[in-house]
Amino acid sequence: MKRLKGNGLKWLSLLLCGSLLVLSGCAASSAVDEAKEKKKESSTSETSDTVKVGILHSLSGTMAISEVSLRDAELMAIEEINESGGLLGKKIEPVIEDGASDWPTFAEKAKKLLQKDKVVTIFGGWTSASRKAMLPVVEQNNGLLWYPVQYEGMESSPNIFYTGATTNQQIVPAVSWLLQNKGKKFFLLGSDYVFPRTANKIIKAQLKAEGGQLVGEEYTPLGHTDYSTIISKIKDVKPDVVFNTLNGDSNVAFFKQLKDAGITAKDLTVMSVSIAEEEIRGIGGDVLAGHLAVWNYFQSTDTPENKVFVEKYKKKYGKDRVTDDPIEAAYFAVHLWAEAVKKAGSFDVDKVKKAADGIEYKAPSGTVKIDGETQHTWKIVRIGEIQPDGQFKELWNSGKAVKPDPYLKSYPWAKDLMN
Amino acid sequence: MSVFVTQLFNGLSLGSIMLFIAIGLAITFGLMGVINMAHGELIMVGAYATYVVQQFFAQYAPQSMDYYYIIAIPVSFFVSALLGLGLEKSLIRHLYHRPLDSLLATWGVSLILQQMARTIFGAPNVAVLPPEWLDGGVHVAGMVFPYKRLFILAFVAVSIFALYMYLNKTAAGRRIRAVTLNRDMAACLGISTQKVDAYAFAIGSGFAGLAGCALTLLGPIGPTIGTYYIVDAFMVVILGGVGKLIGTVLGAFGIGLIGTLTEYSTSATMAKVITFALIIVFLQWKPSGLVSMKTRSLD
Repeated sequence: MKRLKGNGLKWLSLLLCGSLLVLSGCAASSAVDEAKEKKKESSTSETSDTVKVGILHSLSGTMAISEVSLRDAELMAIEEINESGGLLGKKIEPVIEDGASDWPTFAEKAKKLLQKDKVVTIFGGWTSASRKAMLPVVEQNNGLLWYPVQYEGMESSPNIFYTGATTNQQIVPAVSWLLQNKGKKFFLLGSDYVFPRTANKIIKAQLKAEGGQLVGEEYTPLGHTDYSTIISKIKDVKPDVVFNTLNGDSNVAFFKQLKDAGITAKDLTVMSVSIAEEEIRGIGGDVLAGHLAVWNYFQSTDTPENKVFVEKYKKKYGKDRVTDDPIEAAYFAVHLWAEAVKKAGSFDVDKVKKAADGIEYKAPSGTVKIDGETQHTWKIVRIGEIQPDGQFKELWNSGKAVKPDPYLKSYPWAKDLMN
Repeated sequence: MSVFVTQLFNGLSLGSIMLFIAIGLAITFGLMGVINMAHGELIMVGAYATYVVQQFFAQYAPQSMDYYYIIAIPVSFFVSALLGLGLEKSLIRHLYHRPLDSLLATWGVSLILQQMARTIFGAPNVAVLPPEWLDGGVHVAGMVFPYKRLFILAFVAVSIFALYMYLNKTAAGRRIRAVTLNRDMAACLGISTQKVDAYAFAIGSGFAGLAGCALTLLGPIGPTIGTYYIVDAFMVVILGGVGKLIGTVLGAFGIGLIGTLTEYSTSATMAKVITFALIIVFLQWKPSGLVSMKTRSLD
């Protein structure tokens, strides 16, 4: 036993020495690598005929479900630009990074893209948490980030362009429409995190101002799957509308159990803000049929640009694939950036930002335009009814693009929300 | 009054689901002492097996689509049981008496299984549409009791009864109990403990598959379905008292009822907090759970 111990100590010290050696070797070689890298970079960025852009989405982890298709849409847009001769005579070269559904990783990879790869812009993110993680990084490095998903508003960074809807392009018009068409009594149901809580704060202020009535407000943990009690509560207070800000898988459980409890879309309208074509596939069109969702784009949106877009996307990625709002916003973000670069005549971030104001692009959802002041986009708002085949039938749209107003400055009832 | 009855029913229903997800674990963890982190993924396998059966029927026998679920029940049991058997033979058997190692190893297995599901079925959820005869519910005095929930209650009752009969009335079941009580003594008496371990693990896994089959009626079917239920499953088994099936039953219904009753007067998040707090307090008072096992070998 004693000998063994002595031996063990010896081995341990040997191991320690060995690992120290290896470590110091690594440090030395990485310093060399870095020097090489620097040399290479400074030479490539001057003379090469390509320009690098970053694509940063969760390609693994829980958010991969949604974000992989955004990457696909962005790559498709980049390919289109390259096929039509590139940008300022250069081919675009995407550098793809995986945020792995982990917010610190998003910050780290954004930093890597900006500092090491020297990308001229990044397209990326889905959750608000990932955006908030990348925000300080792009601001400190004076980078550019295009964020393609609807979110809770109350933000505008000089280094971020928002191509998804802000609240006044999705939630606020939906609430007004519901009040006019479906009834006054609202039940708010959401997942327990920042987006639903902020959204519901806005909805409550709006209900107060526009004569609606709040009859219930419930939050469930992310991943919650038993909605029988909440459905009991809904039955009890008999709302006209359930405004649903549940995120992810909980939606499947909620809608299945709602149907089981004998409540159909005829009895009660559920309006959702995060169920799109992609999500309907997993819940089942039959279960959701008749319920509503509000977005800026549906796969069924009837524009010539969209016909081409959907056909191309399916041809490239498979006929089972569907397009939806964030996919479209990710796609036209690349084109908007390209237009801004062309106008600026340069890839320089400050010049591109300056040139971006008022840039228009004929997106699949209609013409979108960058609002220079907030760096959000003007978009058309659409309310659709879910059909058994998983597609939307449009019930209403705003006609023309709605000016983005992330801080809801133009709504008197939203004054107290700022504080 | 009707609210109370509805909530009582919801509590029973939630309890039955808790029991279903925990009963397999009660065998593998409770009886065999293996901390099986892959239990949730065995549930997932059962759920996907149901999905595959549904797809198969939709493809080859659309006219008898109504009955696919009847076939899916045994299929999900055997698929999960076989996988469990393979797992026991290749990995778990080397880890008996090393609970922490079994925790790590089975957690690795759970990650592998999740990734396999993602590769085979894709990352998004798949839609399992329940058979039509389970749509709707019984209307009593303004209350609706969904057929699916009633069906799950019956399904659980039958499964538990079958398990009870197996463990108490058959020779093979008695051997499992003997090994649980005192492995060395059982081995001395000529029981092949290796064989018994393998069967017991396969049965536990099979019950996870049945739970997965039942869950397709209620919630999402995706690669991460197991992670939602694994904590609840351990909670039930530990609260019930390790090593006793009756404790698992009591623990499951206790948590179900407390959960739904507090949720009605508070909120879903609060109910979860209160339930956890009560369990912690209870385990301080009775560390061995609701029903404790009296045996020297477990001390």
